[in-house]
Amino acid sequence: MTEQIKTDFEKIVKTSAFSEKDVVLKKKYLNRFIESGFPSRKLENWKFSDLNQIIKKNIGELSFYNNDTIPNKVDTSIFVEGLEHNKIIFINGRVEKIDFTYEDQDKIKINDDFKFLDEFSNSNSLLSLNNAFANKCYKITLKKGYSMKKPLVIYHTTNEKIKSRNINLRLEFELEQNSFLRTIDLFKDEAENNFINIFYNFDLKEDAILKNYKIDKVINQNIRYSYNNIEQGKNSVSETFILSSGSNFSKNEINCNLKGEYSSAFINGIFSLNNEQHHEVRTIINHLIENTKSYQLIKSVLGKNSKSVYQGKIFVDTKAQKTDGYQLSKAILLDETSEFNAKPELEIYADDVKCSHGSASGSLDENSIFYLMSRGLNYQQSKELLINGYLLDVVEKITDSEIKNLIKSMIGIRE
Amino acid sequence: MNTREKDIENLKDYKYGFSTDIENIRAPKGLNEDVIKFISNIKKEPKWMLDFRLKSFKRLQNLKEPDWQKPKYPKIDYQDLYYYSAPKSMSDKPKSLDELDPKLLETYKKLGIPLQEQARLNGIAIDAVFDSVSVATTFKDELTKQGIIFCSMSEAIQKHPDLVKKYLGTVIPTTDHFFATLNSAVFTDGSFVYIPEGVRCPMELSTYFRINASQTGQFERTLIIADKGSYVSYLEGCTAPMRDENQLHAANVELIALDDAEIKYSTVQNWYPGDENGKGGIYNFVTKRGLCKGRNSKISWTQVETGSAITWKYPSCILKGDNSIGEFYSIAITNNHQKADTGTKMIHLGKNTKSKIISKGISAGFSDMTYRGLVDINPKAKNSSNYTQCDSLLMGNKCGAHTVPYIKNKNFNSNIAHEATTSKISEEQLHYCQQRGLNSEEAVGLIVNGFCKEVLQQLPMEFAVEAQKLVGISLEGSVG
Repeated sequence: MTEQIKTDFEKIVKTSAFSEKDVVLKKKYLNRFIESGFPSRKLENWKFSDLNQIIKKNIGELSFYNNDTIPNKVDTSIFVEGLEHNKIIFINGRVEKIDFTYEDQDKIKINDDFKFLDEFSNSNSLLSLNNAFANKCYKITLKKGYSMKKPLVIYHTTNEKIKSRNINLRLEFELEQNSFLRTIDLFKDEAENNFINIFYNFDLKEDAILKNYKIDKVINQNIRYSYNNIEQGKNSVSETFILSSGSNFSKNEINCNLKGEYSSAFINGIFSLNNEQHHEVRTIINHLIENTKSYQLIKSVLGKNSKSVYQGKIFVDTKAQKTDGYQLSKAILLDETSEFNAKPELEIYADDVKCSHGSASGSLDENSIFYLMSRGLNYQQSKELLINGYLLDVVEKITDSEIKNLIKSMIGIRE
Repeated sequence: MNTREKDIENLKDYKYGFSTDIENIRAPKGLNEDVIKFISNIKKEPKWMLDFRLKSFKRLQNLKEPDWQKPKYPKIDYQDLYYYSAPKSMSDKPKSLDELDPKLLETYKKLGIPLQEQARLNGIAIDAVFDSVSVATTFKDELTKQGIIFCSMSEAIQKHPDLVKKYLGTVIPTTDHFFATLNSAVFTDGSFVYIPEGVRCPMELSTYFRINASQTGQFERTLIIADKGSYVSYLEGCTAPMRDENQLHAANVELIALDDAEIKYSTVQNWYPGDENGKGGIYNFVTKRGLCKGRNSKISWTQVETGSAITWKYPSCILKGDNSIGEFYSIAITNNHQKADTGTKMIHLGKNTKSKIISKGISAGFSDMTYRGLVDINPKAKNSSNYTQCDSLLMGNKCGAHTVPYIKNKNFNSNIAHEATTSKISEEQLHYCQQRGLNSEEAVGLIVNGFCKEVLQQLPMEFAVEAQKLVGISLEGSVG
């Protein structure tokens, strides 16, 4: 891998218009990545999902070179229908279009030569990889007091031109005081066997509200890693919803720093897996100051040969008195080959707190099925009804009704 | 002064902190093959035992000390320790208690451990381990009548080599982690229990461990075998003198339950925790593992951990036999600068296996407490279930409480439920108690005892009373 990554890097340096300073910096990140390699099970956080092995097994040799100079054609058929929205379109890792037609242009600032942050807390060698190869980082700033009228949909698409590639994406968002942003990440891949490495950074100032929905629904053979860093100021609220179902392997990490008083973070997620799929969500909520709140709910439905992992950590600093933290993870195992792993963690250094977590896993309740069947449903219908209700619970947590309905129709959950 | 106050007065300082001035025989300092041969030689061990030790020692050379635990400690220099220390008077083992060095008897009397005949009325058979050797075992005759073997490990190696050979190292193999392997190489003494088929042990068996000599590590090894349909309840207690240095205690405990057998293992651990500034104290790095080998077998661990500078242990159950049951009840209390990283592992291999984990952690002062547990249900363990509850109580904002459970469910017929909470004693509860005339310390004592009740109930009666007091005393001065 080392040779490959070095030659690919040289190739990119030659074709791109990086300044000399950037190249030096990027080289540093590259070396840092080469030193540690892809995370493996030797690292505590990757115990349940050995990325190094997964890449070796599913992709084999990765290539890191992406030609960013040639634009790709935007396929308009992928656009979400029945919802007016702003767009950012990624094709094969290249930003093809940024479109904020529904918004006041002077309230949104888009900056494309932004020098991105190179250090996040609790991150790993994949950040160095991203730093070295992400070609451009857009920063989107919402000005003070501005609420976006329509949601922003970020399309992540690939076409069949690429295979066995590594794609690195990067976005930065700054939400100034009292601003409001809704984003939907929509994954739609035609290419197979790629490793996609996404880093987002959200900086929420006082009273800002962020709602981020990640929808990975379309079945594909890619390996996806996504890291969200969320910094929260006073009174800010962040809501993250993850639907983890499409990719072959996926790991979502959410790192949330509650730095301002009365800030709160909500994370809800659904795993719906089948056929050799292996997905993970890892959350770290850092309660760093008094009166902060976090709530997490993760539910899995696991079919044949699938595996889901939930690692959640609530950290409470000495200063963070009156913290309210809650975590719940549940799993239904439908087949004898399915597997659920959880590591819900509490690390608490303040005494006046209310923190708890719960985790439960098992098969569908036979008594409930019997009840439904005695009322005339067949086995399959009863099963579906139960799973439907079980997952609806998470979807109902979405606070934006427009998007809630969209997600409901996307995953075919009925009320 | 009422009794409780008196208790507190007595125990405010670590009451077991005295040391006995007794002549010792020690192995040369350091860890090498010669020391292991010395230990083996002085204990007159057969060749297979020496081979077992040397094999472990060889393996140890390739092992690294683990460092993933939460409480960090300064590096231990394993060459700067004595691996064998015994009272000189024990070199020819006394035939009866009357021949025992009076100083030793005095020590145990101070500790409140009744070794002498007249004090044996309370019906607990005791094996007392002093530094590296077992000094006395009581009630031997009565137990022998029923075919029960309860003796020191060294004696068992001499008298029952077949049993020892058959079971030693089957639950904790010589190829295990660093501290377990270290123990396999240099273990000195400990208890050996064998309960024959169908026998229900008529009394509680108990071992009392004491570290006396300085610069020594205690490496005891306990092996308990419950044959088909038998039952035994075993208690363990520990103390050590106050010293400025940190002393290492790395024991191995192996339990084996065959078909329909039940083993109940209770520990009240009260090693010297170090002074208020965290100086000195015992490093308690113990490997305890039980194997439910037969069908319908049951192993239950109960522990009250109040002592030690650092406690780092995970009493585990391997539920291999179908329908076997594993239980773990724990109270861990840390105060001042104590640190604990404790919990359990429940490994479900057989069908219809059940496990239950109740863990209560209390941290006060500047201490740090971690519950770390593993529940692993294998694909073949159909219809298994686990229930875990771990609660933590924090007193003051200088201490920490952490919960790190690992949950692995690989069987769709099995259920795992896990719950954990962390909180402090609520003002309302305190107010309620105080309103009814209790002072704040009594109120806290009452609430804490209520918090721990589920676990205390599991202890044998004599121990429960002591443990309850210990809980109150360990938290002295942490309120207010």
